[in-house]
Amino acid sequence: MKRLFADIGLITSKDLKIELRSRVLTNQVAPFALMILVLFGIALDADQQSLRNFASGLFWISVLLCALMAISRSMTIERDDEALVGLNLSGVDPIAIFLGKTCAIAIQLLVLEIFLGVGIILLYRSEVEDLWLLVATGLFACIAVSALGTIFGFLASGLGVRETLLPILLLPLLLPVLIGATRAFDDALGVAAINGWNWFAFVAGLTVLLTGVGAGANYLLAEN
Amino acid sequence: MSVVKLEGLVALLEGFPALTGVDLTVNAGEIVFVKGPNGAGKTTLLHLCAGLIQPKEGKGQILGHDLSSERTPIRKRVGLLSHSSGLYRDLTVLENITFWTQIAGVEKSEIDNRISWALERMELDNKLQNQKVRSLSVGQKRRASLAVFIVRRPDLWLMDEPHAGLDQEGRQAVDDLIEESVKAGATVIVASHDLERVLNLATRVVTLSGGAVVGVDHGGNK
Amino acid sequence: MTVPITTASKGSKILGITSIIGFAVLILLAFFVTDPDIRFHPETGEEFGQFDAVRLLYLHVPMAIVTYLAFVICAIASAGYLIKRTFWWDSMAHAAGEVGTLTCALVLITGSIWGRPVWNTWWEWGDVRLMSTLILFLLFLGYLALRGAFVSPQRAARPAAIVALIAVLDIPLINRSVEWWENRTLHQKSTLSELKIEDLTLFTLMLGILVSVLVMSWLILHRFRVAWLEHMEFEQGVKSAIEERRHIDNKEQ
Repeated sequence: MKRLFADIGLITSKDLKIELRSRVLTNQVAPFALMILVLFGIALDADQQSLRNFASGLFWISVLLCALMAISRSMTIERDDEALVGLNLSGVDPIAIFLGKTCAIAIQLLVLEIFLGVGIILLYRSEVEDLWLLVATGLFACIAVSALGTIFGFLASGLGVRETLLPILLLPLLLPVLIGATRAFDDALGVAAINGWNWFAFVAGLTVLLTGVGAGANYLLAEN
Repeated sequence: MSVVKLEGLVALLEGFPALTGVDLTVNAGEIVFVKGPNGAGKTTLLHLCAGLIQPKEGKGQILGHDLSSERTPIRKRVGLLSHSSGLYRDLTVLENITFWTQIAGVEKSEIDNRISWALERMELDNKLQNQKVRSLSVGQKRRASLAVFIVRRPDLWLMDEPHAGLDQEGRQAVDDLIEESVKAGATVIVASHDLERVLNLATRVVTLSGGAVVGVDHGGNK
Repeated sequence: MTVPITTASKGSKILGITSIIGFAVLILLAFFVTDPDIRFHPETGEEFGQFDAVRLLYLHVPMAIVTYLAFVICAIASAGYLIKRTFWWDSMAHAAGEVGTLTCALVLITGSIWGRPVWNTWWEWGDVRLMSTLILFLLFLGYLALRGAFVSPQRAARPAAIVALIAVLDIPLINRSVEWWENRTLHQKSTLSELKIEDLTLFTLMLGILVSVLVMSWLILHRFRVAWLEHMEFEQGVKSAIEERRHIDNKEQ
């Protein structure tokens, strides 16, 4: 067990270190996220009020699109010079690889969520009514997205068509997370009279379930 | 005791029969040189011995483990030096070797010793150690890969073109490493084009063609 | 091993002919013999109901049932593959997944055509079943895309089986979330009970279900056999490639 956590930590910190060095997140993904927010604003040709109403949905769509990039990037790191072969030969538990990469993606998404959150407050004039609901939902939803994303990244990895295949495989499955997180945000941003904490509970449940499913799928993928 | 024992092994690579029936036995302490034209199946054979490919037909044992059903324990005990560096481009040489040593589960107290030993053996000085892999030359990258390869101290060495891209000194260093490792109890299989160099080193030379072993000769060693 | 040159057998021919006859009878009953759904308001005496559009339900409802059936078969076969790891299960999952995707598309199309006159819209965002069915369709498009992306079909089996199982597990979640998302539905709780259930209406609907199941079985059977033939061809291709490689290279020696 101790070894497992150590291995997860090793893989996560390795991925994060690489991301910090290559600056893909700050130089490419974050500007892309900002661009999405701007594009939505232009495309919807919206007055401030409708942008405020749509803010949570636009926020989560941006997160999902950026997640696709982060997942793809996370797989590329292992594929570029066949480091994945080395990981397979190292005798490390496959679950550590799965959880390690999931954590790294989740942490990156979390940073991105903060960035996007500031973005919708500034650009769409969203007002935070329940910060804790926002934080809790943001945290759990990004874990769910990362866990399922990592598994599908591995599934489609080495296929050459990963970038195109990943969205169609992953996005429909993440629909419940999208709905739950959007509704919770609607309440937290005060644009819908619903109980956001119920939606948070739904998202949290999904996160546990999807991470479990991911771990199970990972086991099936890795075994001989 | 035989370290590698393959009988009628057939393996597919994306539906193509890369190995069409390999019979091969390698005993402990041997240095076996695998030669053959491009596309003969050399690389696939090494990957198979590393437990990375599920054989389609035939029986095989590596280090006493069954090749079809016990590939996980095989993977832990073999080292594979392949064409790709297996390193992370955006990490330095030192960060790479540290990561691979830790992830391989080397005892904590031994990690530092092993790393400095491996770096020294591959003549990677302080300056090179702190350089990103991305910025290394082909030969330097190869030496970094070799350092990662030896730091794990595998029982079975599987080396694909270990001399490629190295200068005269580097090649000699590889040869010395191979001989040393065998003295320390390892077994080595080398696939290479560098005929003369490996011929002198090898105990046996296996010729691969069309995905099968077509000839076995004695090498220059012994 | 001898490889048959057709996917038909005596049994499948009988099944196919029965399906065609059944389908013809169904069309006849659904589109010509049964009455349109016309009801009169008890007080004003105004005409209301689904009129001729109701006839589409004789196709739409059975096809929806068949779609779910096909996906359940796909999930079971996928689980079967993960346990047994044999080609049979993989082919069955593939065949059922493909046929299910086809019928799912038909469900969406017939539903949309039906919805235009009855609900006065081609598409209704708030409807749970509509949304879930569309997502289901997208999920299985992804499943088929994944299968298609592998060069050698053998390597597709395991990832595809995992995706199919996750997809089927996700369906109830999607259903739940959409239901909570927009707590309204245009789908009648039970279309059956609201209609004037005459003997003929009920009979036609039951016949529709039976015929659809037959057609589905027939399609899956043939798709399965095509996959089996492909597998055989692949295996023989490998075998002859092995022979060829050995032969040529030995000559060179």
